Amino acid sequence: MVLAAASQASAKELVVDLSKSVVAITTSFSGSELLLFGATEGKGDVIVVVRGPLRNEIIRRKEKIAGIWVNQEEMVFEQVPSFYAVASNRPMDEFLSSKIRSTYQIGIDYLDLNLSEEYRAASGAENFRRALIRNKQKQGLYGRKPGDVIFLGNRLFRSQLIFPANVAVGSYGVDVFLVRDGAVTSVETTLLTVRKFGFEASVFNFAHRNSLAYGIFAVLIAAFAGWLAGAIFRKA
Amino acid sequence: MSVNIFLILGMGGMVGVLSGLFGVGGGFLMTPLLIFIGIPPAVSVATEANQIVASSVSGVLAHWRRASVDFKMGMVLLVGGVAGSTFGVWLFTILRGMGQIDLVIKISYVAFLGIIGGLMFIESARAMVRSKRKTPAKRHHHTWMHGLPFKMRFRRSRLYVSALLPLAIGVVVGVLAAIMGVGGGFVMVPAMIYILGMPTAVVVGTSLFQIIFVTANVTVLQAVNNQTVDILLAMLLMIGGVIGAQIGARAGAKLKSEQLRILLALMVIGVCAKLAYDLVSMPQDLFSLGGLAAH
Repeated sequence: MVLAAASQASAKELVVDLSKSVVAITTSFSGSELLLFGATEGKGDVIVVVRGPLRNEIIRRKEKIAGIWVNQEEMVFEQVPSFYAVASNRPMDEFLSSKIRSTYQIGIDYLDLNLSEEYRAASGAENFRRALIRNKQKQGLYGRKPGDVIFLGNRLFRSQLIFPANVAVGSYGVDVFLVRDGAVTSVETTLLTVRKFGFEASVFNFAHRNSLAYGIFAVLIAAFAGWLAGAIFRKA
Repeated sequence: MSVNIFLILGMGGMVGVLSGLFGVGGGFLMTPLLIFIGIPPAVSVATEANQIVASSVSGVLAHWRRASVDFKMGMVLLVGGVAGSTFGVWLFTILRGMGQIDLVIKISYVAFLGIIGGLMFIESARAMVRSKRKTPAKRHHHTWMHGLPFKMRFRRSRLYVSALLPLAIGVVVGVLAAIMGVGGGFVMVPAMIYILGMPTAVVVGTSLFQIIFVTANVTVLQAVNNQTVDILLAMLLMIGGVIGAQIGARAGAKLKSEQLRILLALMVIGVCAKLAYDLVSMPQDLFSLGGLAAH
């Protein structure tokens, strides 16, 4: 489903589509793969960037106090993508300058990870920023190296998007850039949704939306289980 | 979260048997074990509180049939317990916001397991060495505790003692239940025997009675405030736990307990040592993500 504004009647330079637009997280979800594909009008390089829902993240640093490692300093980053992946048909440094990559935030090193107000003056922010990226990479949510965009012939291209089991629920933005002569000549954006389905989703919603009922329910189940075990063993 | 179902059932069963044998909730062993297998400490504490409700109900019913529960004493204890645990969950929530809850839970466990494990080891080692003797008749000497006001008559325990004592014990146990995910029996049972002077026969059943209400309170409050109760995990633990508790309660009447007690003491000390090591050894990454995103 292409969500591009087709304002002109002229042929588009870049078209993009996804094999599916919803990633369904069910009880036995262990990750998902999607195919992104498209075509370019004429030669050029293609970069794919996938960004997950934005949220605030806290990074805490431990220090040794009285022999024990304790969380001491913390910094909050605002509106950080919960998932980030990038792919291109050849190494990006070969055809795109750092300046342009900064402008479009293409690549983990060019991501704008902004500190929230109260931490902006603090020193050591760079360490926290790198720690945020490192921890996200350890969770598998930020890619460690760029993926591949494979060209079939000169115009048709495809790229495998891989989502690990722990991806967050929400709206993901997939940006595809067409680069010619060191400049971005076209951008196509597609939306992707990750949603929970099934039993575990119902339990999760129950726990978060009707917490009191959930808590009481948990206690009642426990009391019943205790009584049931007693009753069964009495007969045995 | 993907954890092995059979591992959880097995752990629940093993801890259940131990709880049936020794009259404690089993939480002080289960919660650290849950933390070991990778479940976040905050979720381990809250979910274990839920499971303890089940095993305590199971245990109390068994004791009730033998008339070994002092309900009046239990009521006073639970009033203190509910107050203490409500305060405890509030404290838990604050510590979690500060990013220090994992540390507090682990330190509390190292401290308690160390003390309990040490005492258990010494006590059971002595019991093994000593020849079997009848326990001497309880000498009823008066301490400052006998001068406290608000005395009440507890018929089943044959006591006339200030209600403030069980209330205070209940409060302490309540706070522990909220922060550590335990029933608190390992504090209450000795306190009931040595501070209140209750007859041993009634202690286990009454303690389990109080634990039901305190852990139920903790479960509801944790669910509402922190959404840290995992019903599915709790149910798996319950299945193993209640079955194990019934087995343990029956076995407790027959088995030779000294050897079991030493093994239990060693296990407790082992868990304590591992937690302590984790606290002092350099973590792999000094930086960690806080728990803002959850799914």
